[in-house]
Amino acid sequence: MKIDWAALGSVIGVSLAVTVGLVALFTLGIAGLSRRERAVAEGHGGGALAVTGAYVCFAACAAAVAYGIHLIMAKG
Amino acid sequence: MESFSLILAIVVITALAFDFTNGFHDTANAMATTISTGALKPKVAVAMSAALNLVGAFLSVEVANTISKGLVDETGIRPEVIFAALVGAILWNLVTWLVGLPSSSSHALMGGLIGAAIASAGFGAVHGGVLVTKVLLPAVAAPVVAGLAAMVSTRLSYTIGRKSDGKAAEKGHRAGQIASAGLVSLAHGTNDAQKTMGVITLALIAGGAIAPGSNPPTWVILSAGLAIALGTYIGGWRIIRTMGKGLTDLQPQQGFAAQTSAATAILASSHLGFSLSTTHVVSGSVMGAGLGRKGGVVRWSTATRMAVAWVLTLPAAALVGAGAELVTGLGDWGTALVAAFLVASSAVIYKLSRREVVDHTNVNGDEEPAGVVTQAIAAVTPPPASPVAAEPAAAPEPFAAQAAESPAVPAAEDLAAAFPAQATAPAVPAAPAVPAVQAADPAPTAAQAVPPAATV
Repeated sequence: MKIDWAALGSVIGVSLAVTVGLVALFTLGIAGLSRRERAVAEGHGGGALAVTGAYVCFAACAAAVAYGIHLIMAKG
Repeated sequence: MESFSLILAIVVITALAFDFTNGFHDTANAMATTISTGALKPKVAVAMSAALNLVGAFLSVEVANTISKGLVDETGIRPEVIFAALVGAILWNLVTWLVGLPSSSSHALMGGLIGAAIASAGFGAVHGGVLVTKVLLPAVAAPVVAGLAAMVSTRLSYTIGRKSDGKAAEKGHRAGQIASAGLVSLAHGTNDAQKTMGVITLALIAGGAIAPGSNPPTWVILSAGLAIALGTYIGGWRIIRTMGKGLTDLQPQQGFAAQTSAATAILASSHLGFSLSTTHVVSGSVMGAGLGRKGGVVRWSTATRMAVAWVLTLPAAALVGAGAELVTGLGDWGTALVAAFLVASSAVIYKLSRREVVDHTNVNGDEEPAGVVTQAIAAVTPPPASPVAAEPAAAPEPFAAQAAESPAVPAAEDLAAAFPAQATAPAVPAAPAVPAVQAADPAPTAAQAVPPAATV
């Protein structure tokens, strides 16, 4: 009986890194949008940078989802 | 479809029935968090999950023989063995659904297959090493992996998102949850619908209907995909409630972290060749997300019951599978007997479930979801009274009528003890177990069922 510790280890490592990375990115994006929401509410403009950053974050997340779908399809 | 014998037809129908239970059992994996945080309306969530499951079934055309390949010796497997395995898996799925516990459908299927193979060909037919590496180790690893990832990311998201609480944040978390839940559904469709396709194909090969080594015929792919999608759409609301509300109280950030961690762990593991059970992964990630929030609590009693169910899944399904295989070995009438028993006990379980209905209208209700589980499991887990209670069921009984009736009854009584108690006296959950049993069913066997249920 041979336990594939390498596979187990990489599953743990990859899951942890990818999940934390994705959630961090996504939350940053949301933080950006919230900042802009506040800026608008308080009447002064700006927040353009925050919004751009937010969309960059979301784009990265979307890319990760696309890669996930690719993985599901490629398995066949 | 040359030479399509009756037994083959029965196996195919049973396999599709298993696929259906698989679908409604596992809706919770993808959608429980989305439903409990309110990101999607319950009906919309299950519809979306069903559609994605169907799509997932078509994405990959390779036969997923993972279940049968390697674990048991395929040489000499008869359709009857597969039928017996499916009976074990379906019954276990239904019992765990009734008590609202998420348990792995794949483990149920493997357990049934192992039991049936042992009964048919002896202990030599099972590869112990494969059992440990493919079943036991992943079962322990899955919740740890996903739980850890969900916990860390939940903590992180509360730190980064401290100041995000406006409309934008709300909408964002909703979208994120829906996307990751969609991924889980899709992955589930490719994995689990494939398993059924593999089983049906295996049966067709074993029965000589198609040549060894052929791909699953189109009608197999289509019907397996439809069965799992239909099951998903019907929705295992009891399990959704346990997963979404029973383990911990989830806020949108946590739901997002949990679902993302689940999707990642499932995809990473299946990509890296170390398959984890979807159910175990999602349960782990939900608990992790619960622990990650300050002041968040995990209901360890519910978690413990779930763990017990996981441990029992394999042996319980194996016992039923083995019993069913022994009975089918008696001849055609034995097979008919097992089929009748399966239909009868499914009907009994369905009837029991109607005593306390959980559906899309009350899936998020708080009326002591833990109470239901507590009592139901109290009747189900203790060793002698247990899911194994369904097992003597399958033991070879000399008299047909006897066998068909007697097995269903003890299990039914135990479970009956759980639900009326809940319905009649929600305020005093533990006390009325005995009266409930008496009130519930005056059948002669009720008297015998009382002691085990009451002593628990």
